[in-house]
Amino acid sequence: MQFLFRYANPHNFMRLSGAVLPFTAIAAALCVGTALYLGFTAPPDYQQGRTVLIMFIHVPAATVAEAAYGAIALCSLLSLVWRHPLSDTAARAAAPFGALFTALGLITGALWGKPMWGTYWVWDARLTSFLLLLFLYLGYMALWNAIEDETRAARAAAILALVGAVNIPIIKFSVNWWNTLHQGESIVSGATDPVFLAPLLIMMLGYMLLFATLWMVRICTAILERRARNLMQGGPA
Amino acid sequence: MNFDMGAYGAYIWPAYGVSAVALIGATLWTVAAWCRAKAKLAALEQKTPRGIAAPEKK
Repeated sequence: MQFLFRYANPHNFMRLSGAVLPFTAIAAALCVGTALYLGFTAPPDYQQGRTVLIMFIHVPAATVAEAAYGAIALCSLLSLVWRHPLSDTAARAAAPFGALFTALGLITGALWGKPMWGTYWVWDARLTSFLLLLFLYLGYMALWNAIEDETRAARAAAILALVGAVNIPIIKFSVNWWNTLHQGESIVSGATDPVFLAPLLIMMLGYMLLFATLWMVRICTAILERRARNLMQGGPA
Repeated sequence: MNFDMGAYGAYIWPAYGVSAVALIGATLWTVAAWCRAKAKLAALEQKTPRGIAAPEKK
């Protein structure tokens, strides 16, 4: 934990992220480019035809949406237990990106659902719990903006994030616990053909790296904004 | 690379279009906010030298 706290110091975080950012940004671009090339050169699926191309952007968006919420919940836990101010900054910074990836998961999923299921939307367990994730993100961001005192806002938002975290395993296992129109897990089980698995996994890595890059930049921005606020109020930078 | 989507183009291209616009837009927004914050802090630090706090408001 001491190791974590050493890099959770705003000054050290800025230094470390400054060194890491160019690499994560370039790696994200390379992964997305490679996955697009492999995806668009892959043959059509025997059942889904070329709509399998939507899988390469739908699954990574949904995965990052859930991972981002997990990151917010973890930061919220660190904030509530150790009262580390950077945890709040990090949690708050991840929320807009998490909401964006959730929205992308929903939109691309609907556009995949129509040709495959015959409908854009159905109120099944996976889709409904994923829509709930979007509302959790929106509620989390609204709560931060609704309370003026930053310490109280951070505490309330952290509690909401931790309560909402129960939705993550529900999303994950919804296809096992209930009868859903949404297909079951097919990556770990080996049900996905390697010709589709390779672009899918590379795109997932690319989306994760993109999220990590944007998240770090957003945290650095929040640190700079706080320093500017402190300077304007006459305190130390 | 095969860009022929047949009858499914009406679903595949919007999915890729929305994703591209959203992700490129988020990247530009994030970098622009970072640059703005850096410029603002630099301007404030020039006005208020390091280690010297701004005078107290009366």
